[in-house]
Amino acid sequence: MKRIGLLLIIFCSLPCLALAKEAKPLSNDPELEKRVMALSEQLRCLVCQNETLAASQADLAQDLRGLIREQMKAGKSDKEIIAFLTDRYGKFILYNPPVDPTTYLLWFGPFVLLLGGLAFLFRYLKQRRELITEQPLSTDERRRAETLLKTAQEKETA
Amino acid sequence: MRYAIPLIIFLVIAAFLASRLRGGYDPHRIPSALINKPAPEFQLQELRNPTQTFSPKQMRGKIWLLNVWGSWCVACREEHPFLIALSKSGVIPLYGLNWKDKREDALAVLEEMGDPYVLSVSDFDGRVAIDYGITGAPETYLIDQNGTIRYKEVGQLTPEIMEQKILPMVKGLNK
Repeated sequence: MKRIGLLLIIFCSLPCLALAKEAKPLSNDPELEKRVMALSEQLRCLVCQNETLAASQADLAQDLRGLIREQMKAGKSDKEIIAFLTDRYGKFILYNPPVDPTTYLLWFGPFVLLLGGLAFLFRYLKQRRELITEQPLSTDERRRAETLLKTAQEKETA
Repeated sequence: MRYAIPLIIFLVIAAFLASRLRGGYDPHRIPSALINKPAPEFQLQELRNPTQTFSPKQMRGKIWLLNVWGSWCVACREEHPFLIALSKSGVIPLYGLNWKDKREDALAVLEEMGDPYVLSVSDFDGRVAIDYGITGAPETYLIDQNGTIRYKEVGQLTPEIMEQKILPMVKGLNK
């Protein structure tokens, strides 16, 4: 089972491996590397779209990390670098989708569904309660109940 | 009615999934952030004459196509015969951006398959490609007289795309 899992992981990463070449030398500054990786975690790899830029070994991802590194060396802030990238690749490159009209469905859709479900549930429960409200006995039923009670009492006193 | 509602919900979901699976939906077609924005400037050396440089500035007043390609890109080879036909037809000048390639490999492809480009420039480190928001090759940009990007095709150019999308836009721009 473990082996199958491992194989699955290998196969799933094949398309990205095929696009990857050898890694570029990193800079010697560990603080800078940390910042590069932290920012890359928030960005999407445009080749392997379900990966972050930090996790991807695709060629383009390495180029983009190189570019982020260079811009950080040049003293740019994270915000400026994100603006630089969204100007070129659009909001799609953001791994955390921003709240804007195109993502309203994504952000609020689940809550709308939840509210809809609750409304449906309450309506259903109310309907059911109405179904089980007590109904007064008919005169026929009342007479039968009285005779039953009477015979029971007579048996007890006897 | 009691059974119709879940059935209808199921059919709606199934239709949505089917449309995404079969409707030619490609998640790699990311809408370009650069449509109707100025084409990023660059100055790169020409592939054939490395002593010369080319810049989009030189193309002011002309409508042209910028096609991203590489000798390492299989889809570009598939696209190549159509590009040759396009350049022979002379409807629109075609320029090449040779993306992260070795000069001799790129020249070998043009030698082998013909050269559809007025000229190609070499983007060795891929920085210009990033400026253009390129995610993979081939990609093609339609750039107008004022240097504005009008259209981007992700993937191979085909006669259909040319006829149905690009040429009508070119006609509109020529008015």
